[in-house]
Amino acid sequence: MNAVVLEKLKSRFANAVLDTNEFRGELTVVVPKERIVDVCRFLKEDPQLQFDLLADVCGIDMYTPTKRFGVIYNLYSLKNKNRIRLKVFTEEEDPKVPTMTGVYGTANWHERETFDMFGIIFEGHPDLRRVYMPEDFEHYPLRKDFPLMGIPGSLSLPKK
Amino acid sequence: METRTDELPRKSKILQALEDQNTSVSFDDPLENEMILNMGPQHPATHGVLRLLIRLDGETVVGCVPEVGYLHRGYEKLAENCSYHEFIPHTDRLDYLSPLSNNTAYALAVEKLLGIEAPPRATYIRMMITELARISSHLMFLGSLAMDVGALTVWMWSFREREKEYDLFESIAGARFTTSYTRIGGIAQDVSPETIASVKKFVDELPGHIRECEKLLNTNRIFLERTDGIGVITPQQAIDLGLTGPGLRACGIEHDLRKANPYLAYSAMDFDVPVYEGGDALARYYVRMDEMRESVKIVHQILQKMPTGEVHAFKPKKVLPRKERIYTRMEELIHDFMLVNFGVEPPVGEIYSAVEAPKGELGFYIYSHGEGYPWRLKIRSPSFANLQSLPVMMNKCMISDVVAIIASLDPVMGEADK
Amino acid sequence: MGLEHVFGDSFVTTKIDAAINWCRKNSLWPMPMGISCCAIEMMAFAGPRFDVARFGSEVFRFSPRQSDLMIVAGTTTYKMSKVVRKIYDQMPDPKWVIAMGACTSSGGMYRTYSVVQGIDQFLPVDVYVAGCPPRPDNLINALMKLQEKIQRGESKGSFPAYVGDAKLNQPQPLPIITG
Ligand code: SF4
Repeated sequence: MNAVVLEKLKSRFANAVLDTNEFRGELTVVVPKERIVDVCRFLKEDPQLQFDLLADVCGIDMYTPTKRFGVIYNLYSLKNKNRIRLKVFTEEEDPKVPTMTGVYGTANWHERETFDMFGIIFEGHPDLRRVYMPEDFEHYPLRKDFPLMGIPGSLSLPKK
Repeated sequence: METRTDELPRKSKILQALEDQNTSVSFDDPLENEMILNMGPQHPATHGVLRLLIRLDGETVVGCVPEVGYLHRGYEKLAENCSYHEFIPHTDRLDYLSPLSNNTAYALAVEKLLGIEAPPRATYIRMMITELARISSHLMFLGSLAMDVGALTVWMWSFREREKEYDLFESIAGARFTTSYTRIGGIAQDVSPETIASVKKFVDELPGHIRECEKLLNTNRIFLERTDGIGVITPQQAIDLGLTGPGLRACGIEHDLRKANPYLAYSAMDFDVPVYEGGDALARYYVRMDEMRESVKIVHQILQKMPTGEVHAFKPKKVLPRKERIYTRMEELIHDFMLVNFGVEPPVGEIYSAVEAPKGELGFYIYSHGEGYPWRLKIRSPSFANLQSLPVMMNKCMISDVVAIIASLDPVMGEADK
Repeated sequence: MGLEHVFGDSFVTTKIDAAINWCRKNSLWPMPMGISCCAIEMMAFAGPRFDVARFGSEVFRFSPRQSDLMIVAGTTTYKMSKVVRKIYDQMPDPKWVIAMGACTSSGGMYRTYSVVQGIDQFLPVDVYVAGCPPRPDNLINALMKLQEKIQRGESKGSFPAYVGDAKLNQPQPLPIITG
């Protein structure tokens, strides 16, 4: 099944497949961030592939000088019962990725979570605010340079 | 329930978001205009610390914004700072109504990354405990749904059954619900024949007790009126919002990872996936009641087919050796030292492994750099995704139905907030 | 009590205090501050097997105005701490707090950026219960320890000390329940 998906992707988006990788039977495709919405819409609407469920969106901090942050989309097809993982990378200075909420409604909260944890900004998101941490918190906890115990004084306690 | 219109932080972003939801209204006089009701985070019906901001027109809900994060414990950061074995106890506290199924899900994910498999007996025991965990989670759902619509007896009865199950978990794993029972490549210890006998007794008796509860509810007019046609969601909306588990099956979509992508030994089991049409609270209740019966059926088959043998894979560099071997052999002592100090060292790569937890699809995405610690571990928790469909379900319902809808969705904030 | 101002520290008022404390300790109305996993054990503690009704505390009140004992059960995050404190402030005096579980007592297994390392940083705690989660029996034990404290007329949070006998009102060692 993975070969079919890859074949279709490559024939439709000739120069948008930057890298592919198969590990333990799971297909990962790296695409440029400008094309991610098109790729997802194609995968969702193609009558043969039908990746209609966006299972998960998550961020990753590679901690490299270029392409530091990544966003990973995990799609599932209820018809074919298979998965595909799409990846985009973005730079540290300007971490921006187009939003997926136009294609999958569920991306809304997942993208808010990614923004909360990594500070990746999803352009065009209808309601991009923190989901877990208090709204006045200033840091992004899952970045690798954030210490596990947090930054003292960044969160307040009520008076005793 | 308290109305706190005066205390809403002056035009905060939350309020802004509410205002933007296709209704234009000013918040000057709550008596003349629509009202904002703040429900939670401390409220008996929110199952923990969920907070809802509800916009009301009289008694009708016209807008709802769920707020989560009051129980954000930083699991994903913790996971990056502890080895694969050390993270097992943390998985107990994700969905704390069914810890054993989280344990299994995590063990399966790490095993997939390492490329090893647990021996058959361990697989069957894992399957047995996940089904028992499913029953225990659904019993809790039954009790809390009934209690939220006003039937306390059912809560007492379902807790009676849960206590019996806690006794089983105690004899299987040694703790009532923070079990930490699975290990990478196996399980902590084998189950004794006496435990098997008491599991058998429990699953023999359970259908009778479920029927007792059903007798109280299924023909009860109050219960039916409070759940029938309440909190409707269409299949298209459900898929779009990423709803999984019993909520999705109550919309008429037959999607169950146990059938779709069989893991453990589910392909050898004979069971049905209960599916109901309607997508309302009543359908979600029926689905869960039927699922409990299916789980009983599965446990019976497991007990019949349970193979004998080892419960721990023999993979010296990956799986913690058994204690008696550590004390008697040099090799094993060295392996144990290496595993405890540096962790299992999986190959470089990334995997996603999902199981059908009682609440829906519970998945772990692990990105490994080849070290003893995961570089990134993402938990795809069903409750988080399911909670997103709350505003759709609540649209145009009455204020008193809000509690029934939350209970029928059965969120657990431990995993929603991570 | 307030009667001391009328009668002075005499026989009658101290005996009335003892009687009132006896009443208080046997009719504690808990406010279940169930935040996470420990809340499930707290429900079991109220449930059919452990049946806290035997100790007069079965009336769980979800409104802080009607309760005098707050059982904080679960991991308290910084975001939640303000809510917990607000609810505590809404409870009428005299009031007591049980910190149930490792998380509430010390942060437990969550040494992370978002978890308060012990609720005693912002709340006066009367009894700490160890365990992750504590068994319901252990919570009942904590309740009994608290009843002893109430009989002695102690409360960490209520101010001023609400009972008369100054001798008995000296600070007592904190009961810490283990195992
Ligand atoms: S002490 Fe343990 S069981 Fe209790 S809330 Fe903390 S993690 Fe959960």
